[in-house]
This record gives sequence, C-alpha cells and structure tokens, in this order.
Amino acid sequence: MSIGHALLGLLEGGPRHGYDLKRAYDERFGHDRPLHYGQVYSTLSRLLKNGLVSEAGVEAGDGPERKRYAITDAGVTDVERWLGTPEKPEPYLQNTLYAKVVLALLSGRSATEVLDAQRSAHLTAMRELTRRKTDGDLADQLICDFALFHLEADLRWLELTAARLDKLAEEVAR
Amino acid sequence: MTSLLTAEGLCKSFGKTNALDGAGISIREGEVVAIMGPSGSGKSTLLHCLAGILPPDSGTVTYRGRDLTAMNDGDRSELRRTEFGFVFQFGQLVPELTCLENVALPLRLSGVKRRDAERAAKEWMARLEVDAVADQRPGETSGGQGQRVAVARALVTSPKVVFADEPTGALDSLNGERVMHLLTTAARETGAAVVLVTHEPRVAAYSDREVVVRDGRSRDVEFVR
Repeated sequence: MSIGHALLGLLEGGPRHGYDLKRAYDERFGHDRPLHYGQVYSTLSRLLKNGLVSEAGVEAGDGPERKRYAITDAGVTDVERWLGTPEKPEPYLQNTLYAKVVLALLSGRSATEVLDAQRSAHLTAMRELTRRKTDGDLADQLICDFALFHLEADLRWLELTAARLDKLAEEVAR
Repeated sequence: MTSLLTAEGLCKSFGKTNALDGAGISIREGEVVAIMGPSGSGKSTLLHCLAGILPPDSGTVTYRGRDLTAMNDGDRSELRRTEFGFVFQFGQLVPELTCLENVALPLRLSGVKRRDAERAAKEWMARLEVDAVADQRPGETSGGQGQRVAVARALVTSPKVVFADEPTGALDSLNGERVMHLLTTAARETGAAVVLVTHEPRVAAYSDREVVVRDGRSRDVEFVR
C-alpha cells in the first residue's frame, strides 16, 4: 500500500499536521499496522520535496510547534491518477483496494469506478490464466487454478464492497 | 465484427419491481459475452428479453435487423428454435426421453427425420463427451453429464447464439470447468456467439468480455478482441 498516496488522500479534506495525519491514517487503515511517526515525517518530507504538499503554517500549542501540511494541485492530480489506476492483479490486495475505496468516497469521487476498473483488470488476468490452463498440462492447470481461486476471492470482495458502498459512504462521512 | 443481436433501452417490471431500467447490450457474431452482476440486478431478465422469452415493457431487441419485440409469438418461437440454443442452470431435459432423444428433440421439432436427427445428436454427444449415456434417461446421469447433454442439445441445431443462464450453477468446480471448456470450444469452432449469465468470476473468465448489470442498467466494461 502506498502510504504517500493515502496521506495525500487524507490531506484532500484540509490541511493537517503530522500527528493528526498519523491518527487519521491509523483510524481508517492502520488497525493492524499503525504508522510509526518516523514513517509519517519521512513520507511528508518526500511529498514536500516532490511538490505534492506544501507547508501551511504552524499550529501553536502547549507542546512543540506543529507544522501543518496542505495538498497541492500536483498532489491532487497524483491522487487522482493513483485512484484511477487499477492495482496489478495479485492476491491479497485488500488493504490497498479498501484504502482506495474509502479515499474515493471521502473525496466525492466515484468509488464504483475504482471497483469497476479493478474488476476489469482482475478478469483480464483471469482470462489469461484460463487460456494458459486450457492449453497447458496438469501442472499448468494446478498452478493456474491456485492463482485463479485467489483472484476470484478478490473479485468476490469487490462485488460485496460494491453492494455495500452506500453504507460505507455513510460511515466514512461520520 | 458485425453486431448480431442488439438491445436498446430495455425496461421490464414485475409488479412494482423494476428489473430492467434502460439496459442495452450489443452481441457480435461469434463472441462469448459474460453478463455479470449481483443477485437481483436484472441479468437473467436481460438474457430472457434478448432471447425473446420475455417481452420487455419498452425498448427494442434486434436480431440481424429483425425487431424481436415487433414479431408475433409464432415467428419468435420459430426464431428461438432455429437460430438460438439454450442452456439453463438445471439442464431442463425431458425426463421421459433418453439423453439421445433429448439432444435430437430440437431437430425433430423442426421437422428433421428421426434417423438424421439422431445421427447429428450422436455426433454432438461425442463432442461433448457424453456419448456413453446416450441411451440413459436424464435422471440416471450425473449433474455434469446432464449439463453436457443440455449443451449438446443447445448446439445440435447449429444456432447463431447460445444463451446460457448460470450453466454451471449446480455443478462442482471441476465439472463446471469441463462444461465451460466444452461449451466455449464448440461455440468458437462453430462460430456461435454465447451470452452467458454468471455470478462466478472463474466462469466469466471463459468469455471475451463482460457486461455488468447493476440496478437494471447494463454497462460494457471491456473489449478483449
């Protein structure tokens, strides 16, 4: 999963400081693997260097000063490109796909289009495997079947998520 | 590739339920198209309207320039018998007839002599690897065999379009794949188009492209060929 894109997606809702971004990320995507502070700040400094975020003032508080970051136009374009590009179909993509769906909903983009593009990429891969299986020997068939069943699991998840988009949209809007 | 069968703006309601709400689709000669979508999305209704089994409330279905929705019942039945083949989830074979008689039935209904009809039926049964059950009744065969008999029956008239509604829905993975492999191989060899309704991605992977139906509306997702 691209942490940079996830942070950019979260910044589309408005400028935030690093700690706030880490909290938002962990709450939405980091249940099993929360981000380290080091990861957040190194990612932000990379995004800053690449012109995808800019500094948006300093928030004064009781503790140390907190730098706020805002997404730039180049950053928005980058998120848009990421959401519109299906992932390379391979097993266990759920984390990335889930993040894309949530960020599409949060930013008012079409989550259905994200899911459809991914379904299409998955089915294309499944067609290639099916052709290879049809022309191959038993070993080919077994190897292809393994990949086909895993891709099918992803596709079932895509279907189920598509069916639950309205509910998910309500939840992420809270 | 020329468009063989086209539907535009199809609407169909059952009571207060809108099964189709402006669905459209175009099937080209010889291609295998999977119609996918969640349960209740209208994919089977779309197939039934395309095949002239169900009349839509509005919209048109055109097969080789002829408007199915404007035909009388007799002409539509004739078209279904001569140009279309059908495979359903549960073979829907006639239980009183042998498997051979079942496969020969569409030809017999078109007036072909028994001997000629059964010769053609035997050839198709061999191709579908079910010649061994020719003299058995459908109830005496396994699910996979019965479904391959149904595929042989669908192909025996050399149809231009085979409509398959969840053809592997009642089969295990291995038998389902065998049916799909034999169905699509035979269709590609004879140049028949296949319109396949399925919710199983591994079955849809035998198609050239998929059309997704959601809330009674269809959407072309991709073209492979």
